[in-house]
Amino acid sequence: MSSVRRIKVTCIICPIGCEITVTIKDGEVISVEGAKCLRGRKYAITEVREPKRVVISVIKCVGGDPPTVSVKTSGPVPKDRIWDVMRLLARTEVKAPVEVGDVIIKDVLGLGVDIVATRSCRKS
Amino acid sequence: MLVSKYVVVIIGAGIVGASIARVLSMYENLSVYVIEREADVGWGVSKANTAILHPGHEEDPSKHPLRARLCVEGNRLWRSWVKELDIPSKFPGELMLFFSEDEGRRARDYLRLAKLNGVPEVRIIDSPEEVKLLEPNVSKDVLGCVWAATAGQINPIQAVIALIENSVDNGVKLLTETAVRDIKVEDGVIKGVVTNRGFLRANIVINAAGLHADEVSRLVGINEFTIRPRRGVYYVFDPNAEPKVRRILHPVPTPISKGVYVVTTTEGNLMIGPSAKDLPMDHKERTETTYEELNYVWREASRLVSKLPPKSLIIRTFAGLRPEPSTGDFIIKAYSNPWGFINVAGMRSPGLTAAPAIAYYVRDLLRDELGLRLRRKSTWIRFRVGIKRVRDMSWSEVRDAVTKNTLYGWIVCRDEVVSAAEVIEAVRRILRIGARVTLDGIKFRTWSMMGRCQGNFCRLRIIKLVSDYLGIEPTEVSKSGLGSEYVIGDIKKLWRERGGGTY
Amino acid sequence: MEGEGRGYLLRVLDTVVIGGGPAGLAAAIKSCEYGLSTLLIEVNDRLGGIPLQCIHPGFGIHYFKEDLTGTEFIERLIRRFMDLGINYLLRAYVRDIVIKSHDLKVVKVISPKGTYELLTRTVIYAAGARERHIHEIGVVGDRPAGIYTAGEVQAMMDIYGLLPGREAVIIGSGDVGLIVARRLALEGVKVVAVIELMPWPGGLTRNVIQCLRDFNIPLLLSHVVTKVHGRKRVEGVTVARVGNDLRPIEGSEEFIRCDTVIIAAGLVPNTDLLERIGVLIDPRTRGPVVNELLETTIPGIFVAGNALVINDLVDNVVEQGELAALGARVFIENDGIPTTEWVRVKCGSNVRLVVPQLVSGERDVKLYLRVLKPLTNARVRIGGVGVVSYVPKAMPAEMTVINLRRGSLPKELKELVVEVVSE
Repeated sequence: MSSVRRIKVTCIICPIGCEITVTIKDGEVISVEGAKCLRGRKYAITEVREPKRVVISVIKCVGGDPPTVSVKTSGPVPKDRIWDVMRLLARTEVKAPVEVGDVIIKDVLGLGVDIVATRSCRKS
Repeated sequence: MLVSKYVVVIIGAGIVGASIARVLSMYENLSVYVIEREADVGWGVSKANTAILHPGHEEDPSKHPLRARLCVEGNRLWRSWVKELDIPSKFPGELMLFFSEDEGRRARDYLRLAKLNGVPEVRIIDSPEEVKLLEPNVSKDVLGCVWAATAGQINPIQAVIALIENSVDNGVKLLTETAVRDIKVEDGVIKGVVTNRGFLRANIVINAAGLHADEVSRLVGINEFTIRPRRGVYYVFDPNAEPKVRRILHPVPTPISKGVYVVTTTEGNLMIGPSAKDLPMDHKERTETTYEELNYVWREASRLVSKLPPKSLIIRTFAGLRPEPSTGDFIIKAYSNPWGFINVAGMRSPGLTAAPAIAYYVRDLLRDELGLRLRRKSTWIRFRVGIKRVRDMSWSEVRDAVTKNTLYGWIVCRDEVVSAAEVIEAVRRILRIGARVTLDGIKFRTWSMMGRCQGNFCRLRIIKLVSDYLGIEPTEVSKSGLGSEYVIGDIKKLWRERGGGTY
Repeated sequence: MEGEGRGYLLRVLDTVVIGGGPAGLAAAIKSCEYGLSTLLIEVNDRLGGIPLQCIHPGFGIHYFKEDLTGTEFIERLIRRFMDLGINYLLRAYVRDIVIKSHDLKVVKVISPKGTYELLTRTVIYAAGARERHIHEIGVVGDRPAGIYTAGEVQAMMDIYGLLPGREAVIIGSGDVGLIVARRLALEGVKVVAVIELMPWPGGLTRNVIQCLRDFNIPLLLSHVVTKVHGRKRVEGVTVARVGNDLRPIEGSEEFIRCDTVIIAAGLVPNTDLLERIGVLIDPRTRGPVVNELLETTIPGIFVAGNALVINDLVDNVVEQGELAALGARVFIENDGIPTTEWVRVKCGSNVRLVVPQLVSGERDVKLYLRVLKPLTNARVRIGGVGVVSYVPKAMPAEMTVINLRRGSLPKELKELVVEVVSE
């Protein structure tokens, strides 16, 4: 007896927000319905298999003006690892000056993405 | 009893306490303290009222002799006090509007009271056209009005601040965040005040504690009155909102209240209110607004004018509590037992107007009832200058101000055109009088955060400016004292505390 | 250079740009590229405006063809501005604009460096928007510490690195509110609920998912906060369900405990200065009435960005800035906009607002409009012209942009009634 699951996903790639239905049989994706484009299809499959999100936050910038640097993960991380990333960022500091694009942490928590600065921070 | 210097403790830094402090600071053998439970001055009734300087023709001397006499005297005294103390004020005159023959009859009775109280320039106007000449925005249903030319308006919180600054300049000591716990009496004589910060020795205690005056009076066993809070709510409109009014407008009073006013404040905002809701005795902190009371104010105010601005131009609603005495009239009395205790209570309308006159009346009580020999100081500082505001300066005055102090050129509050120099000056003045630096204290002194944005654009900038200047963390700056901190900490505070997510 | 080469004090400038956010920067860049002498005035101590506090992606998808954070986007724009060497003043506040004649304005500026009376032919006003606050949305009750607006919280957290509170209720489910909800949740704040007046979310579905659903934050549709409670600090709010008339249903009140109230109830164009000099304001947009070159009812004064109409995409804001610069150029080259006949653009069925309000048909025009209610498979129709655009999903949260070719308007048309209808 095979197990067939039908999972509904609302796509977040573009404003249309297609309602996509992903059918899984025995752990394998057998159909994706409702997506108007390829990116949506890919998103729906990823979202069902292993949902991922880009994490954004700020960290302290010592001696900087303003006293923070905004950061993001260079790519999405698994949803259930968001909190581990945030916990690490709570302990992370940089020293001014910082430039947009500077890598703050390479391959954060072995997840294959970096923490990069998204705002420059000059010395105060 | 021969005492070289009498220690006078005034309880309450509201408009009445501050006025008394000013007058008593004229005497070199009085050592004056003002104790205030809040972090800054004027935060009780004084900051939330209609801010009218009443002419006095609405007071019945047979029912409320003190109110009547001190209102007329106070109205006159304020004219020199606002100049000496640089307090924003104006004297546009007042229209008591009537819309029916019956109301007209009741209105006419106030002419009689005007005569009795010696109020000048009060007359009846019974042609709608003439009323409209005085006030173009008046309702077309008006039949006539009682016109009282000596009615004025003041900025009440800035008045308290000015009075306290002047008092401190003249040697008065202000103790904020100091609440009365008990009053020590020995052998029927006042010995001092027990506060949350310790014992303050005193010969004279003047109770100007506003809403809580009855509770303070009870501490020395004087229970002859109670104070009940009466709440009034107000709407304040955007400075650009039209139509405004030229004069002070209000309806014919009822026994309960003078009615809902429509005014343009000294800062140029249209304001309407108050309502009059009697609250239970234990509701003395209940300054919340309610839909019911606000709707009442809107309805009543709409009656008086041709139109009110749209509701989208409301920038603030607030409520104030009036201290209604069970006796009806002011209670201004010196007692022989305990000797040295003076009540100055029940300061509902016209308390603000009467304040300077009340201060002199209290001085007279010290001299005549308590027999104190008061010696005038030869070097009493009469004048006090307020913070120079970019908003009020001419173009060349701004240029000169910026040349002398570049911080005058850095505008931190866009809506009210307040410069960094004014914010820093406000901080200095708060520290100088001995109060705690708070956002509300800065707001009342500079009028920043009072405009269209109500602070949501400039608060952070002001906090940064103030915390940098004082060398403190932004987390130490509060809205109105301990327990009202603006931020709880740095952005990673909760992560450090919990170490984990909540979902 | 900032403040250097003060030649701008001695001659008449072509354009003064008020505001150094994306609209102002784009306007100044374009103006400079057109060869117009330009000076930019910014009230803050740095260029960039609101995007400096927008650390989330979604910026520049059209303009740079990349999905950048607001901060990355504005950094690039600032770099372009600096590379062009355009003059600018920081910490500079425009006190007044005096209209001397058709093509001469005096812009009076206060700054720590001194006061200036700048002579200019045109002004591009790009001073952005302000946030609606608690009294504007009619919430009553106490007035304690702990009440903020969403943009304020965004700046507090993501520029100053400070936290507003521990348990927050957010009023309004527009994109700004949703994005702030996510930031708060990520930093460990308990977002107790997001309260939305309408029966549908105010922001994009994508944000409802990424900001609320991902964090199990309850969204209470058809609800309002009626009262705030708390003496020194917020202690909670009373919420009530609303009926079809959007009024609270008696008996449905509930108390929600929280120590922070964040108002995300929308933005309003920041037009105080324009109002004072007599510019006509559109009550629907609450911004100035403008023609297709974004010129206000005062000749030579142009508006762009959130000061004109509240935008969602920074790409549109930049576009408006560039269009205003074009308007300034046309004004200067022709001693005034040479069009003599304008046609009024009006809001028809399901259109809440539209900008510009005056078109001529002589130029290509972009109409920016917002619908009243969401509509799928929508058609934008102009009376007398026909269907001009198909929008798969029209939403109030997302501005609909229509391109009208020059010459596409029939000559006899007295007014343009724009409507958004289904098939």
